[in-house]
Amino acid sequence: MTSKASVIAAIVFCLSAPSGAPGKTVPRPAPLPQRLSDTGLYFKGSTTAVRPELIAFSPQYPLWSDGATKRRWIELPPGTFIDASNPDAWEFPAGTRLWKEFSVGRPVETRFIERLADGSWTFAAYVWNEDGTDAILAPAETGVRLAPTETRATRYTVPSESDCRACHEGAAVPVLGFSALQLSPERDPLAPHAEPAKPGAADLRTLVARGVLRNLPKTLIDTPPRIASTSPIERAALGYMQGNCAHCHNESSEGAGVPVVAKLEQKVSDPKSTSLVLGSLIGSTSRFRGAGSNAPTQLIVPGQSHTSVLPQRMRSRDPRVQMPPLGTSVPDTEALALIERWINQEPKKEATDE
Amino acid sequence: MNKFKLSVACYALAFAAAAFAYAGTALSADSETASTPDKVARGKYLVTIAGCNDCHTPLKMGENGPEPDWSRMLSGHPESIPVKSAARVPDEPWLVTTTATTTAWSGPWGVSFTANLTPDAETGLGRWTFRNFKDTIRTGRHMGRGRAILPPMPIPMYKHMTDEDLEAVFSYLRTIPAIKNRVPEPLPPQVASNP
Repeated sequence: MTSKASVIAAIVFCLSAPSGAPGKTVPRPAPLPQRLSDTGLYFKGSTTAVRPELIAFSPQYPLWSDGATKRRWIELPPGTFIDASNPDAWEFPAGTRLWKEFSVGRPVETRFIERLADGSWTFAAYVWNEDGTDAILAPAETGVRLAPTETRATRYTVPSESDCRACHEGAAVPVLGFSALQLSPERDPLAPHAEPAKPGAADLRTLVARGVLRNLPKTLIDTPPRIASTSPIERAALGYMQGNCAHCHNESSEGAGVPVVAKLEQKVSDPKSTSLVLGSLIGSTSRFRGAGSNAPTQLIVPGQSHTSVLPQRMRSRDPRVQMPPLGTSVPDTEALALIERWINQEPKKEATDE
Repeated sequence: MNKFKLSVACYALAFAAAAFAYAGTALSADSETASTPDKVARGKYLVTIAGCNDCHTPLKMGENGPEPDWSRMLSGHPESIPVKSAARVPDEPWLVTTTATTTAWSGPWGVSFTANLTPDAETGLGRWTFRNFKDTIRTGRHMGRGRAILPPMPIPMYKHMTDEDLEAVFSYLRTIPAIKNRVPEPLPPQVASNP
């Protein structure tokens, strides 16, 4: 790199990098262990044997993470439970901990969330060493940028704490993949990148049976939640947006959702969710403009995936344009094909169940 | 002449940041419970001395040289002034170029356009919640969750504002005239045109 290029790179980074834990409104996190092996995920002395008290789970609409394979676990303090009185905003007890392991050929990072005694949440990421013997706490301010390797063709970004909060704190509850819809026993067979349900896997019924999930409305046990739709393709498309977009594109009661037209949240307590989502998307004018253009655009033009903003931004990895704006540097081609197929089927605003 | 020396630009940013830092220390402890008029007045003061108008209110040419166009106060880069591409990156030691309005900035990051901070629902902050505003300043992400906010917005300094200051600034911004002005999306660097 030339000296000029170095200076430019340094200036751009200093001026534009969204980092830094803001002080006053973010609760001071409890001291985090420096090593993943000390967080309670594994048996003491091990970095492979997960403690049996932990509950493994797999959301039906997983977040796209550039093709990384993931494993997830949750642990509640003994004797506690999740209060599902509000089925769209579960209340997790203090001491709840979650882990998510990301692998590209081998484990690369494991993310960790913990609910503290004061009700706040702490976020951290642990980066695995080359030998796979342990993972070390990543710097909260900056995260870590890993260069491509022989087994991983693209760069890999381990998020900063601020990055974690950007997505997780946009939703009603910071736990994104452990919810009524995500753990419905009636899983969507067309959901991109979803793992098939394994016998005995954590879902609403097994969690209620174990006593770790309480006060869930009985109707959601008797009739497991599923997204209302006019076709299986639409169901999967809406589900993908729930898993990948709705944590920011929502109307949270705390005003944390982004102030744009697209509202993509599916609420299991609201049978009109699909209508609301479709109403916000189809034919709606987007604030987005193509580079150098001031021509109006629409989020979804039924039958015209090539002119619809939604797939354009999903396909882009220009940091000024891409959606999601962080957490991915490779477009999700499988999801793009699904979304484009759905748009080309000319979705309507008013949905009826298939 | 529409080229600024980097040192001058940095000095301006540092000055704005220092002014803001001083303003923060002067905040009274009970500001959170202050009446709305007091909060709005405080916000106006902060917006004024923090230099928000320097970039978010377009300059126009007056009898004594460039001056803020108050008819477009805090409405960001005028959509009536199209910018098609980034400026040619100048030779060292020059780095940053701005328009005569000081509302569009071209540098190694591409072209950034200052935002419309007025309460217009379609093109400004009309639909924003205070949480959106606070998260934006704190995280340096557009709307608090999106892409990185680009230079020269002094996020590294402003993110240290207190909640009370941010509330005051946002309260004031809700009271100014709404101006419909759709600010363009940022442009990428023109690498190919700058061999």
